[in-house]
Amino acid sequence: MVQTLGFNQILILLEAFRWTLALAAIAFVCGAVGGLGIALIRTSVFGVLRRAAATFIIVFQGTPLLMQLFVIYYGLPLLNVTVNAWIAVAIGLTLHASAYLGEIWRSTIMAMPKGQEEAAKALGLKYWDRTVYIVLPQALRMALPSTVGFLVQLIKGTSLAAIIGFTELTRAGQIVSNATYQPLIVFSLVGALYFALCWPLSHFSFNLEKRFANAR
Amino acid sequence: MNSITKLSKDSLTEPMIIMESVDKYYGAFHALKNVNLMVKQGEKLVICGPSGSGKSTLIRCINYLEDFASGKIVVDGIALTKGASIDAIRCEVGMVFQQFNLFPHMTVLQNCMLAPMKVRKMTSGQAEKVARSYLERVRISDQMHKYPAQLSGGQQQRVAIARALCMDPKVMLFDEPTSALDPEMVKEVLDTMISLANDGRTMICVTHEMGFARAVADRVIFMANGEIIEEAPPETFFTAPKNERTRTFLGQILGH
Ligand SMILES: Nc1ncnc2c1ncn2[C@@H]1O[C@H](COP(=O)(O)OP(=O)(O)OP(=O)(O)O)[C@@H](O)[C@H]1O
Ligand SMILES: [Mg+2]
Repeated sequence: MVQTLGFNQILILLEAFRWTLALAAIAFVCGAVGGLGIALIRTSVFGVLRRAAATFIIVFQGTPLLMQLFVIYYGLPLLNVTVNAWIAVAIGLTLHASAYLGEIWRSTIMAMPKGQEEAAKALGLKYWDRTVYIVLPQALRMALPSTVGFLVQLIKGTSLAAIIGFTELTRAGQIVSNATYQPLIVFSLVGALYFALCWPLSHFSFNLEKRFANAR
Repeated sequence: MNSITKLSKDSLTEPMIIMESVDKYYGAFHALKNVNLMVKQGEKLVICGPSGSGKSTLIRCINYLEDFASGKIVVDGIALTKGASIDAIRCEVGMVFQQFNLFPHMTVLQNCMLAPMKVRKMTSGQAEKVARSYLERVRISDQMHKYPAQLSGGQQQRVAIARALCMDPKVMLFDEPTSALDPEMVKEVLDTMISLANDGRTMICVTHEMGFARAVADRVIFMANGEIIEEAPPETFFTAPKNERTRTFLGQILGH
């Protein structure tokens, strides 16, 4: 039976949009924690850890996100860990975000003028105080435009979850479109929802970048 | 600890800094060659020498911003080895850099309060009191809620001096504190440093400001190629340098 595209169908899309938001938020927050760890390890004095983190980044930046989601979704059960699509996607996107954010933040930490750390050392500040009060506030601020830019990529990346069957916005769009035979209208709506979220963020990121460039 | 070590530490004859046969390499480059230096408590030492002679390297070894290959450095009775002694020494040694190196994301006051709070474990009330008094001392307390970028170079350098003083260090190291400044700002910074010299704090200053050296230095040392070539009280140093290289150098900087 063909449904007509009405209020109920739009409600389904909005409902699913909440999952897109939740997925992006979780991946971004957990990825930020992971990325911070990666960035600090990458800039630390521990050679072995540094190389391990570098390998992690190379693997996650060098393979498609969809492959990563497949490997986690189909791979974890082989280790006798049962995961539903939601958990698998959340883990996959978190690891993906950790690698990218870790690399973005590493580069701004390394770009800090050496004198900042030296002045902090000369004052007797220890590693954690230097990191928390001197390095990160400056490095993360410098990284803000590219961090927001990555968040936009991440939001769009959540649509790949549809392929392993998790009902976020894109998957809901497929379902509604199959039921109504109105793919063009349905996917336009889906696209509009992504756009409404991503465009302001992109714009914000662009403005930040311009502001930082002027400040320099 | 016990009163005997305390006494001997505080007595005026005890050297504040001892460097013994210190060698330092950057890769294969021999940057400090068998440097021996003793600085008495309260002594004002000026280091000069041509570019690349190792002046910065020498003073940066004292608070372990640079490590060294061999030899011994003792500051205020603490032998400089890897680990806890580095932290202990950095608490007692303040440093002022050529490029100021203020923290740009913090106000002047916050710049001065951070280390006293985190390292000396002062409350923010205590740290603010200390910071205000030293900012007053370098005559910049009216700017303390500004950010470094809003200040002139001379003002920034005076803040950097106040920031180091807030830790109440026993030694102050200055690495060419006026050479990044516009000429009209040099005097305000030098005046600040001259007034500090009366405090009895040990000071080591890398500078080519010969007026400053004459005014405050107890001793001037001249470096070339990673070695201490000559040392003398300022009058002797400027009027009767013994070494040929010192004479050439002085001729260059005083000649015009
Ligand atoms: N990080 C480093 N790596 C390699 N070589 C270095 C490094 N820092 C300094 N050097 C070299 O060591 C020598 C001494 O440098 P240093 O900065 O101590 O000289 P300086 O006397 O302070 O000179 P200037 O008056 O130019 O400041 C120079 O030849 C310099 O090129
Ligand atoms: Mg130098």
